[in-house]
Amino acid sequence: MTRERILNAALLAALVAVPLWAWVADEPFIITLCTKVAILALAGVGLNIALGLGGLVSLGHAAFFGLGGYAMGILASHAQSYTPLTDWPVLIEGTKSMPIIWATALAASGLAALAIGALSLRTSGVYFIMITLAFGQMFFYFAISWPAYGGEDGLPIYVRNGFPGLNTLDPIQFYGLALAVLLAALAFAAMLARSPFGLSLNAARQAHARVEAVGLSPYRLRLLAFTLSGMITGLAGALYADLNRFVSPAMFSWQTSGEIMILVILGGTARLFGPVAGAALFILLEELLGGVSDYWQIALGLILLVTVLFAPGGLVGIAAGKARPHV
Amino acid sequence: MSSLLLAEQVLNGLQLGIMLFLMAAGLTLVFGVMGLINLAHGSLYMIGAFAAAATAAATGSFFLGLIAALAASAAAGALVEVTVIRRLYARDHLDQVLATFALILIFSEGTRWVFGSFPLYLSIPPVLSGPVTLPFGIEYPLYRLALIVAGLAIAGGLFLLVGRTRLGIRIRAGESDREMIAALGVDISRLYTIVFALGAALAGLAGALVGAIQSVQVGMGEPVLILAFVTIVIGGIGSIKGALVGALLVGLTDTLGGLFLPAAFALFMEPSAAASTGAALSSMLIYILMAVILILRPSGLYGARA
Repeated sequence: MTRERILNAALLAALVAVPLWAWVADEPFIITLCTKVAILALAGVGLNIALGLGGLVSLGHAAFFGLGGYAMGILASHAQSYTPLTDWPVLIEGTKSMPIIWATALAASGLAALAIGALSLRTSGVYFIMITLAFGQMFFYFAISWPAYGGEDGLPIYVRNGFPGLNTLDPIQFYGLALAVLLAALAFAAMLARSPFGLSLNAARQAHARVEAVGLSPYRLRLLAFTLSGMITGLAGALYADLNRFVSPAMFSWQTSGEIMILVILGGTARLFGPVAGAALFILLEELLGGVSDYWQIALGLILLVTVLFAPGGLVGIAAGKARPHV
Repeated sequence: MSSLLLAEQVLNGLQLGIMLFLMAAGLTLVFGVMGLINLAHGSLYMIGAFAAAATAAATGSFFLGLIAALAASAAAGALVEVTVIRRLYARDHLDQVLATFALILIFSEGTRWVFGSFPLYLSIPPVLSGPVTLPFGIEYPLYRLALIVAGLAIAGGLFLLVGRTRLGIRIRAGESDREMIAALGVDISRLYTIVFALGAALAGLAGALVGAIQSVQVGMGEPVLILAFVTIVIGGIGSIKGALVGALLVGLTDTLGGLFLPAAFALFMEPSAAASTGAALSSMLIYILMAVILILRPSGLYGARA
């Protein structure tokens, strides 16, 4: 067993043990923090498919995170007020059912990622970073200036949405749901990395011309990766909105894109469990440093700076040495 | 819609464009010469604005504030270049994005720590306050007109600096072949520090000038930074001429879009729906412009390489 696998197992054990301990000790706040970790890790797993596996530095993943959030907000608010979304050409009603909301979030963020990816992937390098950033901002400004769903103030949802057979208002049950989704996404990412598609994508990142020469289209490989990546981040957005029972344009902001990226890098780019380690560290820092000083982001900035300059492999990289990424 | 209103909005668009150019010039120089993406450029804009507001409040002089803005942002730029940025030239863009994102966190929270969360105010100097009457009876705020004139003068100076002076020759040489000019005995790392400080000073100056129209607060640099990125992507990264054209395009599109789109939608929609649709779309307009230009020309209007 490599050191990275031991670390992964330890992270998994912590994801199960810490909330269970908090449940027994009756500390619902800690369960909520763990839920936040699981959901942000899920967003990171999504970004990591584009960033780690595909080498696509997207600074606009907040677009998908926010779309997932608004898919939840819009459907749930219509269900809450008993008004249909639209009655023409077919009647579409709002819903409080998580599976339907998730499917909508996946579809909406997937379509958006397909369109944004198709345009953005025509460029590369710094242009790609900037154009994804610009698309993210486009959604941000749209959400701010569109009054129908709260505009700048955002959209509160009074009761958390439901999942068949579960009481999602119970923190530990909602956490279990988020953890199950995270584990499914991790399994999917691991499978993807080992599949012929993942291997070709990895190859396209390292040697674009050679992949083209063997008859594969790097553009198509990247577009598919970008779409899958956006979908997973969108799903995380729907869960995050449900955790807070609130969506706002802030989910679309470029700081959100930056934060998802930070947690992936802090944890370790292209490492399967990098986003999990990164999300845990991010939330831990926020809680610990935020308790010490109102200006905790100075410390976060310094830690990030030191990580980038001196520990490019992130947490998992430090723990695991130079093992082969993404396996 | 009256032609006076239109003229006023065109002038507002020019003013926004010229200020964007001051931001974008530094970004594009730093990218062109050093190949570096600097997300913290907006923090330098903020530092300039805070330095100007604090100095003007202490001394009562707007112009001393401007000098303080130039000095503070250039000094901050040089300091950051020597301590952090220098280590990032050889890294990939991802590391540059992250490290400079970290700098934003440090600068924003640091400024909040020193100055508190409340906005500061920088008032327009008495010499430049009040409206001025332009030909054809256009009434326009003198200060904004001064911004346009000053911005154009600075733009002219920058073109002369890069095109005609020894420093400009070195900057352009550094853009095309850094090993060669290092071999010719130019101190490359000092040149980079100077270019970075120059870009920072321009950003700081823009922050101070705009600070007298808006309030000076933490986070004021980020919206401008994004607009400046859109500007240089449209113009072609590394091209100062592209930055000027891009800045004017973005400035005019943004102000005129806000005027025309709601009016255009009102032709075939109810007034309230037209107003909200128009407002939502006009705030997205420059991003749509950027997407269209990148689809047609993936390296921007004046970009040399993709």
